[in-house]
Amino acid sequence: MTTDAARLGGVATAVALPAPVVEMIGVRRFFPGPPEVRAIKGIDLTIREGEYLSIVGPSGSGKSTLLHLLGLLDNPSDGVYRLDGVDTSSLRERRRAVLRGERIGFVFQSFHLLDHRTVLENVALSMVYVGVPRRERMARARVALERVGLAHRMEFGPRTLSGGERQRVAIARALVAEPSLLLADEPTGNLDSANAEAILEVFDELHAEGMTLAVITHDDHVSRRAQRQVRIVDGTLQW
Amino acid sequence: MRDLLDEALAGVSARPTRLVLTTLGTVLGIAALVGTVGLGQTAAGQITQRFDLAAATRVVVQPDDKAEGEAATQLPWDAPERIKRLNGVDAAGTFSLLDVGDDRVRSVAGIGGQKDGYALQVMAGSAGLFDAVRAQLRTGRFFDAGHDTRTDRVVVLGKHAAEKLGINRVDSQPAVFIGDQAYTVIGILDGVSGRAELLDGVIMPNGAAKTAYELEAPDALEIRTQVGAAQLIAGQAPVAIDPNNPSALKVDAPPVQGGVRKGVESDLNALFLLLGAVALLVGGLGIANVTLLSVLERVSEIGLRRALGAARRHVAVQFLVESVIVGFLGGLLGTAVGVLLTIGVSWFRDWTPILDTGLAVGSPLLGALIGLLAGTYPAWKASAIQPITALRGT
Repeated sequence: MTTDAARLGGVATAVALPAPVVEMIGVRRFFPGPPEVRAIKGIDLTIREGEYLSIVGPSGSGKSTLLHLLGLLDNPSDGVYRLDGVDTSSLRERRRAVLRGERIGFVFQSFHLLDHRTVLENVALSMVYVGVPRRERMARARVALERVGLAHRMEFGPRTLSGGERQRVAIARALVAEPSLLLADEPTGNLDSANAEAILEVFDELHAEGMTLAVITHDDHVSRRAQRQVRIVDGTLQW
Repeated sequence: MRDLLDEALAGVSARPTRLVLTTLGTVLGIAALVGTVGLGQTAAGQITQRFDLAAATRVVVQPDDKAEGEAATQLPWDAPERIKRLNGVDAAGTFSLLDVGDDRVRSVAGIGGQKDGYALQVMAGSAGLFDAVRAQLRTGRFFDAGHDTRTDRVVVLGKHAAEKLGINRVDSQPAVFIGDQAYTVIGILDGVSGRAELLDGVIMPNGAAKTAYELEAPDALEIRTQVGAAQLIAGQAPVAIDPNNPSALKVDAPPVQGGVRKGVESDLNALFLLLGAVALLVGGLGIANVTLLSVLERVSEIGLRRALGAARRHVAVQFLVESVIVGFLGGLLGTAVGVLLTIGVSWFRDWTPILDTGLAVGSPLLGALIGLLAGTYPAWKASAIQPITALRGT
């Protein structure tokens, strides 16, 4: 493996590359027809620790499918996907759920907050299924909310918040379980430009703190904020 | 586990109005079950109570007709006194049917259509007879031991006999003729709990019967016991009355508690249980329906939970626990309603409410079980939802 060689030979090379979080090799995803849909036609993608990557593409390009594959919400038809070095294609559903909860933080376009729970509870929810003790959950959720600047809204219901605030809650929820990868799907799609800008600033800060981010978007403005951009067209990546 | 319960509770309490509506079916079902069974038990209790008072305290002793030869015996005249010495006897009195030959009964000689009189049954009794059969007077009084010993020619009329004879008052001391002998009517019976023929007859004290009709011995001894003592008295009576030859006496006593009564109750309860079961089935279908609706509505929540690391199992268990909670709440409320219903109806009808504690404790659990059954399909449905589908929507 070239990456392993690079890491092992770090002394020899000028710059040691950080460890890869995501390694996709020859990944395909076909949806059986008729007609058969070839959503992903063979993708090789590596995302290294601390990277801020954007995946941009028009609708129908396969970017949603790629997001689901990256987020372990779907299984590739073919190819290898390693997350933190763990080969996921051989894992059973239960194990994949655990991996998903522990290693990936999701941020969705439509926030997906539970309306009937407080902001704090919404954030703490992401630690329920990964076995963080109750008391610790609440403490960590508070810290995460402070980090996104919503300390004053903890006991509010999501419906009382603005769109930008809701997305910040969703980000806090994604971060609080300390994932290896923050996966954002059109995070600014439902927001006005001011709120979108605020969210992108949060991403910048996270990147600066060393978080690995993958943002999937159709918006070039959003895409350009990332350190590295890849374009997906017709199920293949273009560099 | 605790987290699952918390999540389920939060899920259930998120929509209070719906929760109330969902539990409604179970509330009605359990209330119907508890109420009908409670009322069934209460009503059966009342039936047996009334039954008890009339029959379960009545013991009748007679000479055994089948006893052979020398063994044949007669009841002694002092049988009531002997019996009353037994603990548990409230009252006792003799009864005899008199053989009056062709003597007919008239009220006043020679009046109109009843010139020939009526062929009424003439009976004799000791003073304690009336108490022993719980006789009630329409008017006048019973005869007492004094009338008996003085051989006074007095009679008490059964109410049907009194109607035939056209006597409805006794304050003017009306007379009836039995054959050509006149007797003073001192009272009219209104009702008795045992030996209903008394209401059709003309009853005179033993003393008078001995004189007029040479009555040799009483036909039967009527005993009224305390509640629950009938069996005991029935066993002791022959020895107390005729210690030398107790087997020559025949004793009629009420059947041992249980038997018949249980049969009647279980029939009633089976019917009521069936009604409750139908109501519960409807309640269960209601829960299943609403839970399924709620699953469809919460698709994005399910997707989110899956994305946050919930396995299919977690999702299934959460919805299952939610519907169990709904069922349990419904069961709890229904039990309360059913108990109140039973108490309310009992109060209204002046009954003693009877309710199985097992029923009161078990019903909420039954509600929970129904919730479990009702939730199985929706829970499976929820766990089968793919997170992708769930998160794609808005």
